[in-house]
Amino acid sequence: MDPILILLLAMLGFMLIGSLIAIETRDLLSSVICVGAVGFGTSLVFLLLGAPDLAITQVVVEILVLVVLVRVVITRRDETHATSRSTLPVGVVLLALGVMAAVVFGALAGGPEEGALRLRPFGDPLMSAEVPAAQLAPAGRPDLAPAGTCSASVGGAFLEQGLAQSEASRGTGAANYVMGVLLDYRAYDTLGEATVIFVAVIGAYAVLRKVGRSRHAGNESDR
Amino acid sequence: MQGMSLIVKNITRVVAGFIILFGAYIVLYGHVTPGGGFAGGVILAGGLALVVLAFGEEFARNVLTHDVARLADSMGALLFLLVAVLGFMGGVFFTNFLPLGDVGALLSAGTIPIANLGIGIKVGAGLFGVFLALAAFRRATSGGSAAHGRLP
Amino acid sequence: MTLQMVPYMLTFLLLVAGLYAIVAKRNLVKVIVGILILDYAANLLLVLTGYRTPPAGQAPVAPILTGGAAQAQELAATAVDPIPQALVLTSIVIGLSVAALVVALAVRLYEKYGTFDTELMRNLKG
Repeated sequence: MDPILILLLAMLGFMLIGSLIAIETRDLLSSVICVGAVGFGTSLVFLLLGAPDLAITQVVVEILVLVVLVRVVITRRDETHATSRSTLPVGVVLLALGVMAAVVFGALAGGPEEGALRLRPFGDPLMSAEVPAAQLAPAGRPDLAPAGTCSASVGGAFLEQGLAQSEASRGTGAANYVMGVLLDYRAYDTLGEATVIFVAVIGAYAVLRKVGRSRHAGNESDR
Repeated sequence: MQGMSLIVKNITRVVAGFIILFGAYIVLYGHVTPGGGFAGGVILAGGLALVVLAFGEEFARNVLTHDVARLADSMGALLFLLVAVLGFMGGVFFTNFLPLGDVGALLSAGTIPIANLGIGIKVGAGLFGVFLALAAFRRATSGGSAAHGRLP
Repeated sequence: MTLQMVPYMLTFLLLVAGLYAIVAKRNLVKVIVGILILDYAANLLLVLTGYRTPPAGQAPVAPILTGGAAQAQELAATAVDPIPQALVLTSIVIGLSVAALVVALAVRLYEKYGTFDTELMRNLKG
């Protein structure tokens, strides 16, 4: 059996236990620290799956999240004993979520063999399949198509053509293919991401601003 | 909040420069080695957050202010957009119009290092700005009682 | 159900755990924790779909060229998929900024009501 798969299953089990503790514990500080453990576990899994970019980013993001959350929680004690909502029975919520997960997972994992929306077995991505390379030709120039076969997924095509400098396909020239995809092939994604960060930062500023509607102490309701 | 103990301050003096340097390295070499603008930007924000935590709010108010963070945030976004618009020299938005160079060299891959720099500055400044807002907010409320915490 | 599907299943369980915390918990910090766990699970699911089993006896190959241009063909035959990694890289940072925004909202609510409990907030007539 594949040792990487065993390690992966062990790490996923650790993360599952950590997340359950984080959700169910009464103490908010322990909850935050457990979610930190889950985040560092995610980083290790990324490293295990051959994604060092993601591992670096996840570690640093986790540190920042942990600093902010611990700072928020450590000075604000909140002694609430009932942790679940009184209006929603826990059993109903768990049943609904379980049915939803089973249906989605069943649809993804057990679909038709040739369907487009189907999870392939772990370790055998779509890019391992091969199709005729004529699909790579630019629009209107079928004579520029390379001969033979190419990968069935876009990721495989990016890997194969990443360094090409011909008329038919110009690669990025970046040794780190992830950065090539992120900032050249799919740079619109990155533009949208920058916009999302901008909006989130503006929202946080607006929520936390000190100069706001002034409130006369005592003679006005809290609204 | 007036900073942490002497030990924390001294360690921060030694370490903070290296953290910033590591973040800059991760940003600049993003197209050659693992890393890139996102990871490097978050590392920069983490290093600056360490400085603010160790030296306290006074330091943040004098040196690393909201205005600096906001300015750097906008400058990073503008740099990225400038790279995108200059792509019209090659025909369309976001074209990689610079020569590609040798694989693995620092000056290679066309516009990717410049875009990486813009993204790194933008992510670092944006996240550091949010952190600064959270830290300053806590200082404002922990002084008096919660009801009178909001400053006029 | 083969062993090859078990990682996906565990990730789905993680996703359900995060969703459960968002729906059923009344403490705002627990809701933030649920959002974070949901984020991790979604990222993991994407990266898992791009993994390619390396040749026997070797470690997984990251899509990064370390040995110069001569190595490119070999890398294209063995490396894992770079597309999900690029998507998840943006998703992680977006998750961080969204978490910061939610924390800011929670801190603001605590300042107003003196508690993180959403049901108590409702009783206090906000």
